[in-house]
Amino acid sequence: MSVLRLEGISKHFGAIQALEGVSLSLAAGEILGLMGDNGAGKSTLVKIIAGNYRPSDGRIHIDGEEKDFHRPIEARQSGIEIVYQDLALCDNLTAATNVFLGRELTRSLGPFRIMDYGAMNEVSARLFKELKSETRPKDLVRDMSGGQRQAVAIARTRLAKARIVLMDEPTAAISVRQVAEVLNLIRELRRQQIAVILISHRMPDVFAVADRITVLRRGRKVADKPTTETSPEEITGLITGAIDMA
Amino acid sequence: MATDNETKNFAALDEVMSWRTQSALARVVGKQSFWVFIAAVIACIALSLATDSFSSSQNLFNVTRNFAFVAIVALGMTIVIISGGIDLSVGSTLCLSAMVLAILMNAGHPLWFSAPLAVGAALTVGLINGLLIAYLRIPPFVVTLGMLSLARSAAMVLSNNKMVFQFGPDEQLLFWLGGGSSWGIAHPVIALVLLALMTGAILRWTRWGTHVFAIGSNERAADLTGINVRRLKVSVYMCSAFFAGVAGVLEAGWLGGVTTNLGQSLELSVIAASVIGGANLMGGAGTVFGSVVGAALIEVIRNSLILLGISTFWQGAFVGSFIILAVAFDRIRSLRDESR
Repeated sequence: MSVLRLEGISKHFGAIQALEGVSLSLAAGEILGLMGDNGAGKSTLVKIIAGNYRPSDGRIHIDGEEKDFHRPIEARQSGIEIVYQDLALCDNLTAATNVFLGRELTRSLGPFRIMDYGAMNEVSARLFKELKSETRPKDLVRDMSGGQRQAVAIARTRLAKARIVLMDEPTAAISVRQVAEVLNLIRELRRQQIAVILISHRMPDVFAVADRITVLRRGRKVADKPTTETSPEEITGLITGAIDMA
Repeated sequence: MATDNETKNFAALDEVMSWRTQSALARVVGKQSFWVFIAAVIACIALSLATDSFSSSQNLFNVTRNFAFVAIVALGMTIVIISGGIDLSVGSTLCLSAMVLAILMNAGHPLWFSAPLAVGAALTVGLINGLLIAYLRIPPFVVTLGMLSLARSAAMVLSNNKMVFQFGPDEQLLFWLGGGSSWGIAHPVIALVLLALMTGAILRWTRWGTHVFAIGSNERAADLTGINVRRLKVSVYMCSAFFAGVAGVLEAGWLGGVTTNLGQSLELSVIAASVIGGANLMGGAGTVFGSVVGAALIEVIRNSLILLGISTFWQGAFVGSFIILAVAFDRIRSLRDESR
């Protein structure tokens, strides 16, 4: 059964039609590459799934149950987490503190509740190990590579026990070597039966990890195919409009 | 690439996880507060050798008491600066607190009644600052600049701009609290040590402290994780006002009289102390230890100029150079780190 199913999602801002009747479904452990040119409606769609916007029309089902998100926190409670392009990390804190930011573990010391750094470091180390990432819980994020930062951001979603992870351009601003590291992180998520929507402009990255590719153009879905049945040339044509629909 | 990762030895990964890239020593040596501490120690040693009077117990008693007030206020300022803000109203808040205390005690109220109300007046100032900054999103510089003027004006209106030097039945108790000493240590210094330990523990060991560092570094990230950034900011400015209020009560007791120019331009010394001690005005960095040492260093410089017979007109030049020097060192170090 699909963990996420969108039915005829439309969104307009005043006279501007950002999305028109977009339907798609996503199974556990599936990686969906969401592609499209700037302004095609990718981020609008992601924001609707994440609860930032409410769709003007259409329905969202999570695990077969219809949902109507009014706020991002509601989407999060349904197991949807986003990894932002700029990762939204605090440079001056350690990896473990970032993983736990906003839901820190505490223990009691007399009448006080104090931070339980030991437990947080331990759990973070386990999460990084699950992701097969060489990231040290006690290191400051400031001193980390792009790949390690991604691992921290993804570990946050693992801690939240997310079942659907939305990743916005995770490989946009990092070095070639780190891209490989990030793609491995995404594969780890798949192995753990997490559904991933990968929003990216980078064709090779999408083809390297995605099971399926969906293309949006001017707010409409113009393609939704298994990666093995398409080619970068076809996808490029679909994005630009050289190929009308597939 | 995938197979590369899969064949990675897990025992080795475990080992790597337990490291920290910087050793404990490297972290201490890498801190600005450490170098400022060394500078203060060297200045003290040099002065003890150069003059007979510096290391006399009376002079040390005076030096520590003098910087205690600035340092107490600097504790709150450091929290504000770590959160990415600034509080220019602390001098006026201190004055308002001292004036509320003086007027109440002058009217015959006991200390236990007046002091909480004085600190309460300060907290009200902090609450207004915080609400305007957090909810109306007015820049902290502007809000607290306005409050600098407002709070002092309030103190003038309350007292009709008169000096208050009679404190009613609890006068001796107040003078003992602010001007007395126990075990040879001035009471404001004891208060400073207790408040500094408390602040340090709160910043290091509570969720609140972690969140203060988080909003100073990346407010949006903190917001996305569900931290209530607005409420946190209000609490930060109330914290700063609290320390200013406590310092106001102690300073009233030490001076034995309160005028409306008490704490004038104190905010500059306080910010200087925090910045010399490693607080970053861009937010996200700062230590309690650093700001206390920063305050101490400023006072040691001031004291040494007097003892060495150098005109006090030079004081500003020395303190000013130190502010720039301390930050320049930090800047040079981070440039070097970037180029690494």
